[in-house]
Amino acid sequence: MMGFLDDYTLRTVALGAALLGLAAGALGGFALLRRQSLLGDAISHAALPGIALAFLLTGSKSPVVLLAGAAVVGWLGAVSVDKLSESSRIKYDSALGMMLSVLFGFGLVLLTWIQRQPDANQAGLDSYLFGQAAALVDRDLWVISIIGTIVLLLTLLFWKEFKLVSFDREFAHTIGMPVRYLDRLLTGMLVAAIVIGLQTVGVVLMSAMIIAPAAAARQWTDRLGVMIMLAAVLGAISGVGGAVVSSLQPNTPTGPAIVILVSVFVTVSLLFAPHRGLVFREIRAWKAGRALRVEAVLVDLYALASQHADSSHPHSDRVLDVMASMSGASRRTLQLLRTLGFARQIDARHWALTPEGEQRARSVLQERKGGRV
Amino acid sequence: MSASTEIQLIAVVVALSCALPGVFLVLRRMAMLSDAISHAILPGIVIAFFLTRDLSSPLLIFGAAGAGVLTVALVEVIRRTGLLKEDAAIGIVFPALFSVGVLLIARYAGDVHLDVDAVLLGELAFAPFDRLTLGGVDLGPRSLLVMGGILAMNVLFLSVFFKELKLTTFDAALAASLGFAPAVLQYVFMTVVSVTIVGAFDAVGSILVVALMVAPPSAAYLLTDDLKRMVLLSGAGAVICALGGYWMARGLDVSIAGSMATVSGLWFLVVLVFAPGRGILFRARQRQRQRSGFARDMLLIHLYHHEGLPEAERECRVDHLQDHLGWQPGFAEMAVRSARKAGYLRVDGGLMTLSESGRAQARHALVHI
Repeated sequence: MMGFLDDYTLRTVALGAALLGLAAGALGGFALLRRQSLLGDAISHAALPGIALAFLLTGSKSPVVLLAGAAVVGWLGAVSVDKLSESSRIKYDSALGMMLSVLFGFGLVLLTWIQRQPDANQAGLDSYLFGQAAALVDRDLWVISIIGTIVLLLTLLFWKEFKLVSFDREFAHTIGMPVRYLDRLLTGMLVAAIVIGLQTVGVVLMSAMIIAPAAAARQWTDRLGVMIMLAAVLGAISGVGGAVVSSLQPNTPTGPAIVILVSVFVTVSLLFAPHRGLVFREIRAWKAGRALRVEAVLVDLYALASQHADSSHPHSDRVLDVMASMSGASRRTLQLLRTLGFARQIDARHWALTPEGEQRARSVLQERKGGRV
Repeated sequence: MSASTEIQLIAVVVALSCALPGVFLVLRRMAMLSDAISHAILPGIVIAFFLTRDLSSPLLIFGAAGAGVLTVALVEVIRRTGLLKEDAAIGIVFPALFSVGVLLIARYAGDVHLDVDAVLLGELAFAPFDRLTLGGVDLGPRSLLVMGGILAMNVLFLSVFFKELKLTTFDAALAASLGFAPAVLQYVFMTVVSVTIVGAFDAVGSILVVALMVAPPSAAYLLTDDLKRMVLLSGAGAVICALGGYWMARGLDVSIAGSMATVSGLWFLVVLVFAPGRGILFRARQRQRQRSGFARDMLLIHLYHHEGLPEAERECRVDHLQDHLGWQPGFAEMAVRSARKAGYLRVDGGLMTLSESGRAQARHALVHI
């Protein structure tokens, strides 16, 4: 199993995917909070015409040139989506959808046009569409690490600014922060992270690399720093995990493997994260409901008992049913009261308050009165 | 029919059937769901293929439509929990489903011609060769018949439920309180959208579907405030995109689907710039007119104020405006020119005198500014 560290391809892919996950996860945190979850999808589609244009203009197939083209067009696309939705009645999602599909279609036009050119050595341009992690070489790794490091450093450098812009734009603007430039910078960094991911996971799946780790991390914490760090780590783990799985299993492409892994993280987080997770939320709601039911039946029992001189006088559970107007439930609640030591079962159908129960009922009533005043 | 005519016909039918439900997607801010569905149908197709082992089986369409509705349902479930916003839910659900599809193909269908490229990109040029025959009679290209059926379904759906769609789109709360079921209609509508996407992506690829669902309705949205007119304008725009895209592809010898997407983007840009009332040009002209109108009124008020007083000789000169009102020379000239053209003042050797109508306008402006 540890032998995979010796495998050159796997080591390269795993390292590349880890770095990618780190950068994409960190930036995804901001994208999630700024409600730009789908911007990554749009940018990665807009990269296609960028790649084709870069090839047409330079004739070079060097990844650096192609990715630079992708970054420029992707950034312009993202900025024009902002502009369009700010300055016209077109909504953000429509602007995004149009940018994505029109630019991708234009990229397709360019690609088919390039293919038609005589003696154009265009083979391999479309590998950016679906990603070919296995084709990563050392040089790509360098590109990924350098850009990934720059992105992470910028995040640290402008931490305070990005945080404020993400949570309270108006306030950031009021205290004189260049909100607009910070927006553009953050978008630029997102573009950079996406562009370096195109080769590994491809256009379609890159958006998940951005948003899914952040969405998972969000469930575990309410602190931005922790969330971004967690998102980066989850991104890196999914990257490595996907690479390893795809190398161990035959016919398993890396990109989809990474995305499925990260989707599992999201599902687990949505279900099991403490505080926010659905399972704990259900348990909490159920516990709260049970506590309410216990109190209700206890108070009913106390009301009956206070009609008698002897507070431990037995009462029929059917009377309690009527009082609680939820037959059946009160019987289970009575069992619970017995377990708690607040009530005693006299015979099959009759219950009485214990001294502890009487005390508890009084304090409940006291609390309720206090609450009303 | 020649192949060229058939392709154009298919393109128009596809564009129309996408643009009609697209109107409501755009208005309900669900444009990105079309992108999500168009990717997420992949596993539905793959699983239906595993069941039937036949790539031309109609069951594939049902599988795909099922996956499309599943996408919408999953997004809705996640959104309802309040843990993630809708856009994040979309951004997580569709790549996951798409990945499942890609993995299924890679692992179990490597030898079958079920190409991811073909799913995403589509090729309209081959559509006329895939023909439907019944008892030896050639009925026409399969995608034309399928899309014709889908278009008919969409037209029927829109005309029957137009009132309900309109109400739930613009005021869902009112619709619910009146006893309509917005949620049920929403799911029916999304099923219609899914079926449309499935049929269209078979012919033109998924990305073009998004372009055709979003761009013509968005362009129409800039042109009108009336829902019925918006539907009609979307249809007209869709036809323009389909035919324009076809002829561009033919001229440049490039992908037809790509050209149609490009032309739909161009169509939107043209409308964005030239639309009466909301277009960029119109708004720029309006701003310009407001600016010069305001400057002219300022000038008139200034003249009115100093008229007939001893300092008038000094104050009412063209070159004095720069000092007194702090105007740039070009701006001052514009104001003078505008006022002169309207007959509000005369200029004699640099000295400005108000006309009777100019005086009236100055008084009017003093009250109304």
